[in-house]
Amino acid sequence: MKEVLRRYGPGLTAAIVALCAFWVVMLIVLPQLLMIDFSLRPSLPPAKLGGPEDVYTARNYVTLWNNTIHRSIFLQTIWASALVTAITFAVCYPVAYFMAQVARPKSLPLLILLLVIPFWINELLRTFAWYIILAFNGPLNLALVWLGLLDQPVRLLGSPAGVIVGMVYVYILFMVFPLYNAIESLDRNQIEAARDLGSGWLRIHRRIVIPHAKPGIAVGCIMTFMLAAGSYAVPALLGGPSSRWFTEIIYNWFFEGGNWNQGAAYAFILLVLCVGFILLMMRIFKVGLTDVAK
Amino acid sequence: MTADRIRSSLVTAYMVLFFGYLFLPLIIMTAATFNTSRFPTVAPWMGFTLDWFTVLWNDRAMWTALWTSFLIGVGVIVLAVPIGLSAALLLYRLHSKARTVLYAVMVSPLLTPGVIIGISTLVFWDRWLDVKGGIFLTVIAQSSFIAAYAMLLFMARLQRFDLTLEEAALDLGASHLQVFRRITLPYLMPAILSAAFIAFLQSFENYNTTIFVRGLDTTLTVYIASKVRTGLTPAVNALSVIMIGLTILGAFVYELARRRELARQESAKRRAVQADMALAGSAL
Repeated sequence: MKEVLRRYGPGLTAAIVALCAFWVVMLIVLPQLLMIDFSLRPSLPPAKLGGPEDVYTARNYVTLWNNTIHRSIFLQTIWASALVTAITFAVCYPVAYFMAQVARPKSLPLLILLLVIPFWINELLRTFAWYIILAFNGPLNLALVWLGLLDQPVRLLGSPAGVIVGMVYVYILFMVFPLYNAIESLDRNQIEAARDLGSGWLRIHRRIVIPHAKPGIAVGCIMTFMLAAGSYAVPALLGGPSSRWFTEIIYNWFFEGGNWNQGAAYAFILLVLCVGFILLMMRIFKVGLTDVAK
Repeated sequence: MTADRIRSSLVTAYMVLFFGYLFLPLIIMTAATFNTSRFPTVAPWMGFTLDWFTVLWNDRAMWTALWTSFLIGVGVIVLAVPIGLSAALLLYRLHSKARTVLYAVMVSPLLTPGVIIGISTLVFWDRWLDVKGGIFLTVIAQSSFIAAYAMLLFMARLQRFDLTLEEAALDLGASHLQVFRRITLPYLMPAILSAAFIAFLQSFENYNTTIFVRGLDTTLTVYIASKVRTGLTPAVNALSVIMIGLTILGAFVYELARRRELARQESAKRRAVQADMALAGSAL
């Protein structure tokens, strides 16, 4: 701190510290802490706040356990987000490997540009594009019927598969770039050496490329899972009654159920889930926080 | 050899499929804008039209939403960029355990789902400070994570900062404020511009956080989502096409500016090395 003061002088230091304090305290720490506090209190009319009924209780958390519909949607959200993460990884790995190790340096800038363009486009608009494709009379149904794979169009919008397909599309770029960056730093000679020593391609990937790309895999999986589990836009647009997402339940507690305390408890559970997933990935792939938040 | 060839053509086919998968949805969405059909689709094709742009132009709700999004975006620039800058400057000078902890807290919004940022902001500001949802609260909620993006941009630029410049200025009697205004700030200017651009874009396209803190205000993304669910016409596609066009244009300009800046730094470095060499040569 002395160093800060010496460098910037009293006036600037005060401004810097004030802005940082405002950010950390008012925008990050207090909202999170008070959301937890709020989730541990019952929902009361304003007149009863601070009264004898305003005590800490775990009731809002028990609700999730007792409400079988909400519980199954919660579990389904976890499962579907994991599935989205796995599919995204499987789709992206060959692309990232190709770009990082195989593609000619001359064509690389074009490939990266082609990847970056959709990345810049709004998540909601990318979701909307799939809304059109998945529509009952939309291009996908038409193509499937035309190819003879289906006798008649099926309802794709509102099905769990539709939501998962949409999510893979929307979050795929959060997987490609971390993977690409990680594989790109691998020395090509290592692969050459392994090949010369008689390794098959499967073994090369398992023993050399994947271990080297661990930090990238961890980052890609964390980002994808977190975005999928916390997504509201995709299930809201592509989902239906059979594919409800946990975030939609939370939203309803706030704006339809009118029970904010309950909603805060559900939100905190979602946060715990995401933090848990981050820690799990960091443990599995043995990476630190500085590798993740770059 | 043939096995290799088969494999490489398989890989090429996969890449073609992958990029087809990335772009086909966007192409279909764009094409549907120009179809006369009332529901946005490409088949059946009912004739080319530009009417949906006119419909969009005459939609007052769209203009209101656009204005709201614009105000929020400007608000986020004003709040998040200075915060990100101060945080980067502070972390740059700290060398202790405090730095690690502070850094972890400051980047944590990037690893928090957007909906949770919206919810925690709403609960805290509405229930404890009695600030209701609306444009102001949306700026607050979005800034909490956009400031982290800005901070990372500034930290990256500060890594290459030549500290001796500040030292020299201070030794020569400049005040702290002068040093900041004449040396630090100009050096950081490219990062300030990119941070402002990124902040605006992030704010403009945000949906997951915004829906919790918007109150009764409607941003452009909220408008699009509600249109999709109630009363979808290709006018929404027209809006999407315009937004995609502007985004690509913006990305293009941003990328161009970034490369020019990189090239400028490279040539400056080369000139410095040459000057050093010349100096070393004359000393010998």
